[in-house]
Amino acid sequence: MTSELFIQYLLAGITYGSIYAIVAIGFNIIYNATGIINFAQGEFVMFGGMISISLLQFMPLPIAIALAVILTMLIGALIEICFIRWLKGPSVLRLIIITIGISILSREVAVHIWGESIRSLPYFVGNEITSIPVFGARISPQVLWVVAVSALMVVALGIFFKTTSVGREMRACASNRKAATLCGINTANMVTLSFILSAGMGALAGCVMSPITYSQYDMGTGLAIKGFTVAILGGLGSAGGAVAAGLLLGVIEAFSVSVVPLAFQDAIAITILLIILFIRPQGLFGSKEASALKEF
Amino acid sequence: MKKFATKILMAVVAVSLFAGPAMAETIKVGAILAATGPASFLGGPEARTLEMLVEEVNANGGINGNKIELILKDSAASPEKAISFAKQLIEEDKVLAIIGPSTSGETMKIKNIAEQARTPLLSCGAAEVIVNPVASYVFKTPQKDSYAVKKIFMEMNKMGISKIAVLAGNTGFGKAGKGQLLKIAPEFGIDVVEVEVYDKKSNDLSAVVAKIKANKDVQAVINWSIVPAQAIVPKNMRQAGWDVPLFQSHGFGNIKYVEAAGAAAEGIIFPAGRLLIADTLPADNPQKGVLTNYIKNYEAKFNEPASTFGGHAYDAFAILMAAIAEAGNDRDKVRTAIENMKNFAGTGGVFNFSKEDHNGLDIDAFQMMTVKDGKFVAYEK
Repeated sequence: MTSELFIQYLLAGITYGSIYAIVAIGFNIIYNATGIINFAQGEFVMFGGMISISLLQFMPLPIAIALAVILTMLIGALIEICFIRWLKGPSVLRLIIITIGISILSREVAVHIWGESIRSLPYFVGNEITSIPVFGARISPQVLWVVAVSALMVVALGIFFKTTSVGREMRACASNRKAATLCGINTANMVTLSFILSAGMGALAGCVMSPITYSQYDMGTGLAIKGFTVAILGGLGSAGGAVAAGLLLGVIEAFSVSVVPLAFQDAIAITILLIILFIRPQGLFGSKEASALKEF
Repeated sequence: MKKFATKILMAVVAVSLFAGPAMAETIKVGAILAATGPASFLGGPEARTLEMLVEEVNANGGINGNKIELILKDSAASPEKAISFAKQLIEEDKVLAIIGPSTSGETMKIKNIAEQARTPLLSCGAAEVIVNPVASYVFKTPQKDSYAVKKIFMEMNKMGISKIAVLAGNTGFGKAGKGQLLKIAPEFGIDVVEVEVYDKKSNDLSAVVAKIKANKDVQAVINWSIVPAQAIVPKNMRQAGWDVPLFQSHGFGNIKYVEAAGAAAEGIIFPAGRLLIADTLPADNPQKGVLTNYIKNYEAKFNEPASTFGGHAYDAFAILMAAIAEAGNDRDKVRTAIENMKNFAGTGGVFNFSKEDHNGLDIDAFQMMTVKDGKFVAYEK
């Protein structure tokens, strides 16, 4: 393998990895607050992309994206308030089934609004054929946007959870909901907030990746599966773990192309997931004690 | 008085009973299309086309005074649903004929059902296996994929290209095309040095493009797919700074894919039906009238560009209506009428059906095209 090809594979891997990581982080926020996996996470990504594309006809790109993120956060809040908030002591299984239902519902709504065709945002810098040379290989500038935005999200989330009082309350709610309630924290509001946050993250992800992957009403499912794999791989609830696992999976997938046909790419990802779950059931970066405390 | 009224009523009933068959009737036509789901880019335009055409036919008084009733079933590209809808349409609704399904995979699952129930099936699926071997009640309107393959290889011979890479989508269309490409390549002295299959849900294909690019023998790439993911390949190729000729299949014939690939779509060479370049056709072309009319009506009604896929449903419907006009509401007679149809100008080409050929189109139904300034134009060297 030439060094040029090596770098090209590496860059492709980083592209895939950043996309997976950015989706996985959304899973983690809701998991931390509620202990459930929100299978409608991929639909937040879809809504972000689709709404921003529609808004782009009326306003410049940055405003369209900002507004799309805000609208998707409202959708996230609405979903939580309508379907989750009023449930009294729901079981994990019930919540998961509800999120699957929401995911199907969202897809149907999207196909009625936007139809079945693919759309995309324009490249933020340059166009479809622009590329920048990196050590002899070439990369689309949009990839840098995806990498930068995911990095920024992780840092911002870290700061939010560590330094702000709302962030600390959310963490308290995550580690022990009953104790948090006894301390006077409104846990129901924290759960709504977690849906708003992860909807916002998903929407932003949907916008930055749209020029690369396109947006379509049913794009959420595929992304959710990969994002879920990465979230488990990194250890549920850990944002840093999601990034590391996302990049790891992306790079492995990219390099796997050189040894086996492309068609086996997904099989390799799943094999690695299974191996890691056998050796480290709590994920690569998850703590054993923490996962033992969770129901799921 | 009461007796008299009863008599009149009985007379009316009797007259209407006997006069029934002679008076206008409603002819039921079934359609199984993937209006939603992964093949909705095919089934969507097809379903809309049929709805528009049925409205048109009925507004003009129907066929020989008989109204057409369309029973449209959305299979969402699921073969299982296609099977149960086919049975339902044939046994419960007792339709005269079925248009669809949209995909080759679904069509193959119901080919035998239609054949055994002696119900004409006019498929919108592209794969050649639908009509080869011939089943007497099964027809298809899209051009055969082997002709598209030959058209591409003829162009490569002209350009002096002999070593190529093939990238195909993992759908029925992609697999059938890959098979045809590999089978026919030796006939044209073309050597396929790299073959890769990509998922229909791919997000990015830069890794596999890098792999193929590393093989210095490759002089051209054929990207054979019908799903949106095909638009990712040209982008990743051009982003990698690779400018070998890129050929695509007739599955690229949707302006949305050109928009999706943007600047990277420029210069892609592909075979397709003439619908895409209808406005530039000479006035004496037999398809000119059909095409401009269909495109005008479709775009006015649905406010989206017409595609060759919707055209396949147009052809299926137009052929069926012509057969009904000739043979009436009878499955066997309609089947025979279709089989004997000659010189029928549709959107996909000029159809000449026969006992051996239930597609009716020849290689000239395809025209090599390219993308220039974001538009389809005829390809000329």
